[in-house]
Amino acid sequence: MVVLALDGLEVYYGEIHALKRVALEVQSGEIVALLGNNGAGKTTTLKTISGLLAPRQGTVSFETRPLTGVPPHEVVARGIAHVPEGRRIFNRLTVRENLLMGAYLRRDAGIADDLERVFALFPRLQERITQVAGTLSGGEQQMLAIGRALMARPRLLLLDEPSMGLAPVLVEQIFATIAEVNRQGTTILLVEQNAAMALSIAHRGYVLETGTVVLSGTAAALGENAEVRRAYLGE
Amino acid sequence: MDLELLVGIFPQVLLDGILLGFMYALIALGYTMVYGVLEFINFAHSEIFIVGAFVGVEILLGLKSAGVLDSVPWVLVLLLILVAGMLASGVLAVSVERIAYRPLRHAPRLIPLISAIGVSFFLQDAIRLFESIWRNAFNLVYPTLDVLNHRYDLTATVDVPLKSLVVIVAALLMLWGLWALVNRTKIGTAIRAVAEDQAAASLMGINVNRIISLTFLIGGAMGGAAGVLFGVQYGLINPYTGFIPGLKAFTAAVLGGIGNIPGAMVGGLVLGLLEAFAASYLSLLTGGAFGAEYKDIFAFSALILILIFRPKGLLGEVVRERA
Ligand SMILES: Nc1ncnc2c1ncn2[C@@H]1O[C@H](COP(=O)(O)OP(=O)(O)OP(=O)(O)O)[C@@H](O)[C@H]1O
Ligand SMILES: [Mg+2]
Repeated sequence: MVVLALDGLEVYYGEIHALKRVALEVQSGEIVALLGNNGAGKTTTLKTISGLLAPRQGTVSFETRPLTGVPPHEVVARGIAHVPEGRRIFNRLTVRENLLMGAYLRRDAGIADDLERVFALFPRLQERITQVAGTLSGGEQQMLAIGRALMARPRLLLLDEPSMGLAPVLVEQIFATIAEVNRQGTTILLVEQNAAMALSIAHRGYVLETGTVVLSGTAAALGENAEVRRAYLGE
Repeated sequence: MDLELLVGIFPQVLLDGILLGFMYALIALGYTMVYGVLEFINFAHSEIFIVGAFVGVEILLGLKSAGVLDSVPWVLVLLLILVAGMLASGVLAVSVERIAYRPLRHAPRLIPLISAIGVSFFLQDAIRLFESIWRNAFNLVYPTLDVLNHRYDLTATVDVPLKSLVVIVAALLMLWGLWALVNRTKIGTAIRAVAEDQAAASLMGINVNRIISLTFLIGGAMGGAAGVLFGVQYGLINPYTGFIPGLKAFTAAVLGGIGNIPGAMVGGLVLGLLEAFAASYLSLLTGGAFGAEYKDIFAFSALILILIFRPKGLLGEVVRERA
């Protein structure tokens, strides 16, 4: 079942035409990788989904309902959480407060259980629960950003470059956790420059070039594609 | 120099300074909270403050002319004017943001600032117009509640009127309440999240515009409470009375570290104390060369010195780490 569908998206920053006729789909239960070089439009795509940007043309729909023009705080209520580029955790709030902000819209009794679930995925966060987030290491901040998004209990998780600035060991760990979150039932749209890593856990992928989707396919097919190997896998 | 006199008046001066300091602190909160979330100086806050004082005096005069002012318990009267002043100023602040600032949210920084100065003039003259039609008056005097002027002797030379105690207690309660709201509740955490990163906050499901309105509501209400307490304490108000205390409270907010809530309290107290001590001691200490009228020069020189050594204010921190 298709949960997220983008169709004919045209997005501008003033005069700059950042996305051109972008179309993509994410099926329920998938990890879909969105690859591309600097400035290709990956972040712009995620921001358009979560409502931070409005497309000039085209549509976004989620679980059969239109999502175009819905403001960000309502997109969260629909079941989509966005881990933005650069983490954007609240530096002056504690780890606990950051996580509780992730659950801001929830009124149910399951918040405590979900805190435990996040701590099971990222034990480091539990050790630092009362620490001010700005004093966490880069890796811990990335864990917090992902944990915070999970606190919303999203059905779709948007991840923007979770490996950015992390040591290789930590990248492996973060990607293993992303795969685990997906196994627990969350659909994921993953933006990455680290194409090898992304394709290793993704089911399918799309390649963006200067605002246009130029390639798409299963992760295995993309991994074998000569163009992808040359441009994104460094061969 | 009369050492005995210097020591003798010390407790009285301290009390005056604390009173004035709490007044500045309450007003400063409005500047600092709005700055915290929008990095914008709400210059109309001095008028939002004085509107609270006018609402208070109107209710008191209304009760007086109805002949019931002395038959209602004074605590109830005080509560009534405090709540009414807070409501009026809070709602006014929210409306001002909605009408005069929000449409300019993405305009260059100076534009909303000019809009705020315009609102400030507009409100001054609106109050003036209203009072000249309604009461044919420019200055209004708070009717005295006799109980409030009852003085308690602290020592042989120092006594304190009940109204000053009321002002201090009310200010402390409100400062504590605000601190608890901002630091101990979910909505307070959301205010701090919006202050730090609006886009990230919206991704949490926080309605940023609603939090901004709430910030104006709380800051305005604190200003309105300060207005009522100002009227009760000092008695005389006119449409332009808000300007100078507003300017000083803004200074207090900068002194404490603008955007920082405890900073506004500390800055207010420091400024109030500096001013009170300068007013009483300057002339005594300089053998009359500098009279009490130099108090502002003294207080502000001290401020400039503090800011030279602590440019971000006493409790200052960087308000926003990134855009
Ligand atoms: N706020 C902005 N104002 C103007 N142009 C922008 C803005 N943000 C992005 N752009 C432009 O839009 C294009 C797409 O940017 P985007 O951030 O989506 O790229 P990206 O694929 O996420 O790149 P990276 O891998 O470097 O994060 C780029 O050409 C960029 O310069
Ligand atoms: Mg990007």
